[in-house]
Amino acid sequence: MAKLKDLAAMEDRLVAGHGMCLGCGIPLIFRIVLRATEDPLIIANATGCLEVCTTIFPRTSWNVSWIHSAFENAAATIAGVESMYKALKNKGRIPKDKKIKFLGVGGDGGTYDIGLQALSGAMERGHDIVYVCYDNNAYANTGGQRSSATPLGASATTSPEGIKSPGKLQRKKDLTKILVAHNIPYVAQASPNRWQDLYKKAQKAFETEGPAFLNILCLCPTEWKCDESQGIRLAQTAVDTCVWPLYEVENGKYKINYLPKEKKPVLEWIKPQGRFRHLFKEENAWVLEKYQKQVDEDWEELNKLAKL
Amino acid sequence: MRKKKRAQKIVFKSEKDVPLMAMSTGTMLHNKTGAWRNIKPVIDLDNCIQCGICWKFCPDVCIFVEDELPVIDYDYCKGCGICAEECPTKCIAMVEEEK
Repeated sequence: MAKLKDLAAMEDRLVAGHGMCLGCGIPLIFRIVLRATEDPLIIANATGCLEVCTTIFPRTSWNVSWIHSAFENAAATIAGVESMYKALKNKGRIPKDKKIKFLGVGGDGGTYDIGLQALSGAMERGHDIVYVCYDNNAYANTGGQRSSATPLGASATTSPEGIKSPGKLQRKKDLTKILVAHNIPYVAQASPNRWQDLYKKAQKAFETEGPAFLNILCLCPTEWKCDESQGIRLAQTAVDTCVWPLYEVENGKYKINYLPKEKKPVLEWIKPQGRFRHLFKEENAWVLEKYQKQVDEDWEELNKLAKL
Repeated sequence: MRKKKRAQKIVFKSEKDVPLMAMSTGTMLHNKTGAWRNIKPVIDLDNCIQCGICWKFCPDVCIFVEDELPVIDYDYCKGCGICAEECPTKCIAMVEEEK
């Protein structure tokens, strides 16, 4: 495990000057993930906040090779790049023992919804890639439309709260479990407030031979409608309330990485966020109950899986 | 001391200078995001315990560790206040920006 001081001395692969909002969680996540490997790195980036804010023509924030093709095919692009390098190695154009890492990056829109089939294909074919999804619970780049990662009861521009509606009516899709069902060597769920944990998981993912997937909760003060300095605190409550449990699945074996000392009620996660404000009206009390029940059930199921 | 990288101004004099596909020709360091700021963090180094928490949670990549002490690059700090919130000794204060 590298020390914080050594990591601080490393050169940043994502430099300052990007146009992300105040208190955005995305650069915070990628500073950690990109430090987890010292090998040359190639990144394919799906359309989203990260792509739009870091590469405003004709400039870039990245110190590594970086490709953007389209919204839906970040995973397909990086799989193609990986195959190309494999072919070059076979032909002897580059030395066989040269280590190059391949990283696909997408937001929750580009991974949960639009890019799911490309991701599924790349994972099934077994390319030696890492895919990182930063999940900020909405299409934040285009103004906060609902995605399948938006939690139950959250108000988004295409699932607004009002007299007839308590926000989004459906529950959040569990993408991590979908990826586990692909039977790939490494799948993990992480959060930026548990820094060491995220760093270790990124390191493991890069070291894994074959496909690896990381799902990371990403704070978004703009769409969650909370104070920008509270982001890390909110990520901590998400972990403590088990809304976003931290676990990893290595070759089918579940392991919970963080057990909260006492499981807090979901209310603590909901209270500071403006997008859940309407849930405190009397007629919407059933949504809160349903949310709590759903989180409890998921946590129980996860505990059962970890004990197997 | 950390070397400050300078970003060149990019000028396309004619159509031929413009790249044929969307590619990057310079670094975003040119974009001084410090101008967005209303409040700015000030570190009281006497109380600093050199834990590095402000460095690891800075989203704008503008806190650096020099000689084990944190230094803020005000050219890029957007003033989100995460460092002041997370500092365990509360030695970072957010003060009003003077213009």
